[in-house]
Amino acid sequence: MARRAVPLGAFATAIGLGALTLGPLAVVMMQAGGGGGITAADLAALRFTVTQAALSALASVACAVPVARALARRRFPGRRLAIAALGAPFLLPVIVAVLGLLAIFGRSGLINRGLEALGLPEVSIYGMGGVVLAHVFLNMPLATRMILQGWQAVPGERLRLAESLGFGPGAIFRHIEAPMLRDVLPGALLAVFAICLTSFAVVLVLGGGPGATTVELAIYQAVRFEFDLPKAATLAVMQVLACGAAVLLAGLFTVPSGFGAGLDRAVALPRPAGWRRLLDAAAIALALGFIAAPLLAVGFRGLPGLMALPSAVWPALAASLTVAVLAAPLAVGAALLLALALAVARGWRGLEPVAMLPMAGSSLVLGTGLFLLVFPFVSPARVALPVTVLVTAVMALPFAFRILLPEVRVLMADYGRLADALALRGWARLRWLILPRLRRPLGFALGLTGAMAVGDLGVIALFAAEKGATLPLVVQRLMGAYRTEAAAGAALLLVAAAFALFWICDWWGRHGSDT
Amino acid sequence: MKSPMFAAGFLAVASVAQAETPVLNVLTYDSFVSEWGPGPAIEKAFEAECGCDVVFTAAGDGAALLARVQLEGAKTDADVVLGLDTNLTAAARATGLFAAHGQTPDLALPLAWTDADFLPYDWGWFAFVHNKTLTAPTSFKALAESDLKIVIQDPRSSTPGLGLLMWVKAAYGDEAPAIWAALADNIVTVTPGWSEAYGLFLEGEADLVLSYTTSPAYHLIAEEDDSKTAAVFEEGNYLQVEVMGKLAASDQSDLADRFMAFVLSDAAQEILPTTNWMYPAKLPTAGLPKGFETLVQPGKSLLLGADEAEAARAGALEEWRAALSR
Repeated sequence: MARRAVPLGAFATAIGLGALTLGPLAVVMMQAGGGGGITAADLAALRFTVTQAALSALASVACAVPVARALARRRFPGRRLAIAALGAPFLLPVIVAVLGLLAIFGRSGLINRGLEALGLPEVSIYGMGGVVLAHVFLNMPLATRMILQGWQAVPGERLRLAESLGFGPGAIFRHIEAPMLRDVLPGALLAVFAICLTSFAVVLVLGGGPGATTVELAIYQAVRFEFDLPKAATLAVMQVLACGAAVLLAGLFTVPSGFGAGLDRAVALPRPAGWRRLLDAAAIALALGFIAAPLLAVGFRGLPGLMALPSAVWPALAASLTVAVLAAPLAVGAALLLALALAVARGWRGLEPVAMLPMAGSSLVLGTGLFLLVFPFVSPARVALPVTVLVTAVMALPFAFRILLPEVRVLMADYGRLADALALRGWARLRWLILPRLRRPLGFALGLTGAMAVGDLGVIALFAAEKGATLPLVVQRLMGAYRTEAAAGAALLLVAAAFALFWICDWWGRHGSDT
Repeated sequence: MKSPMFAAGFLAVASVAQAETPVLNVLTYDSFVSEWGPGPAIEKAFEAECGCDVVFTAAGDGAALLARVQLEGAKTDADVVLGLDTNLTAAARATGLFAAHGQTPDLALPLAWTDADFLPYDWGWFAFVHNKTLTAPTSFKALAESDLKIVIQDPRSSTPGLGLLMWVKAAYGDEAPAIWAALADNIVTVTPGWSEAYGLFLEGEADLVLSYTTSPAYHLIAEEDDSKTAAVFEEGNYLQVEVMGKLAASDQSDLADRFMAFVLSDAAQEILPTTNWMYPAKLPTAGLPKGFETLVQPGKSLLLGADEAEAARAGALEEWRAALSR
């Protein structure tokens, strides 16, 4: 890794990423076909998609801030477990998460049964409220973790200084926490927005009807029933543009605070007593309750099925883990390269939207495009594993990138000049500066992308061979064959595997750090 | 010097042996090839008599299958496509990729079969499935007037959803938008596929779910649970006929013919009812499995012809969307 290696590597990565996301789109667009135009219904779908994604992002992040703050400044038994558990909802296969939520909030869920017992009218989860609720369930924990990283990265010296200046909680918020949030929140909002933008099954199942039609569904319809590939590609471009606008918007608000580095002395955030303590306790209790209840429901639904899992589950689990173990380091490595280049070199801002591209892409269009690229040369089933690993890594890269970028920026602002002065370059720089100091976010990013890879259905459906199905595909096949109980059991196994992978990487990242 | 010679000889023999085993590629949907689906048993039975290797490739559901055929086009390796339904056959035929089947089996469908390109292998009536404790409505109008909650599938992403759209169209024609508008307050939600809808129903989110009259047979036979039944509608229940077709470009044309004939033989037809949970297209000599006699039998069967269904789809979809988006 010579001095120019990072920018060069990042440049190559960015080109590869652009080619992998936009290439299939172009292939799909160029396929001869009907070429239907965009209808009023498609525009309504775009409007609805952006609205629900924006509301979901705002709600998720608004809920995440007090929870992250409470977790950052309070210590209690089980805190580490609670932080780790925040990874879980994000890893659930979507339909499993939805069924878990319905067990609590659905028509015959716990809440409505409670209301019924009290003689109160039932509340319906179906509609925009339900869509946002589900997205908050799935993404608030992710946002909490991203924001918590921000709090954990505040140098102890700043807190000491604040203490010696006699800052109260209000002043600490204004001078230390608010600038940190300003740095971290746009990225968190952007990540959740992009996830919700391409959310498909959640919106459709909980949306309550065709009023809740997303662009992704319109793409589905165009590919499957109308075989109008140019239209599907046009819709996918609309989706990319919406996400691109969000990236630009977030970029306008992101200003690195750049206070200077600390010496890594562990100084806990002040823990104000009184009503603030109660407020923090309430935030943590509410968040954990909100997350735990549907998760427990998933667990209870899955337990009976665990006893009688079909044999197809085990090779599928192995296939899923193989994909995860190969894809996660690929995604995190590429994301680190891009983040380093962005933090080091000025005038590289173009890298940021490129790194976010895969999030906005439609996985159906991506899969279709890759299929069209591969099919003339080799049977898609034969390249199922490499294609799945590559696509999974590409899809997970933006998440790793968003986690790493703020920390890489701080690292470079704080230590870049020192490292330059010491002529700490190349592998030495990576080994002595970057890897040790980024261990926590790297572990988190590895865990998250690995777990996502286990749980991702993604494009595998188009490439799956007779054998070699992944676990999410098996869950889907079981559900499609009336085997609800076995499906719930397999889903529980999937969650356990994803969570174990996440926990191991996350533990590695936190190991030796003070939090 | 001996071993390379041996290796060369061995390879030559091996490649001859390989060439002697023809491969039949069958493109089908996911649930057909899973270990609990009909695929593995049919593959084993056919391979035992054909001296060939059957390779199934799975592609989502019926609609995904059609998209896959169109994606692969004339370059496809597939010899047989199995798993389209009559709402998709017109579009499939329009690709020009399929060849006439040339077979005249003695089919046991509720109506006469005349399609020259596609052969049915199983079928079922769409119906709203519910618990026996419920007094079910006997028509769409009665359903619309009740406060019963239903969950249905989206016709833009699933074949049962498309089936329901055609059902209402076949039963009510120009009146269909009014029926959808009246049904709007009964619909809890619209799911992307069959499995989500059925899962929601089993979780108690709805009183009825769009499925098949044969769905209760799964619960009865596989789970010994006789609590489910299906509603027969006065308008008639719409049929789903699942079909297979031979690709014109197949390099195993004779084998493909033999395979399609085999799927309609007793050996395969006996497998279908308790793996695909549909009625066999040709009644096996042994009759239906025990438990199927308990299923409700609609008095009237509805089905739009392939061309009719294709012609009606876009308009019916727009009516559906407009009526339910309000």
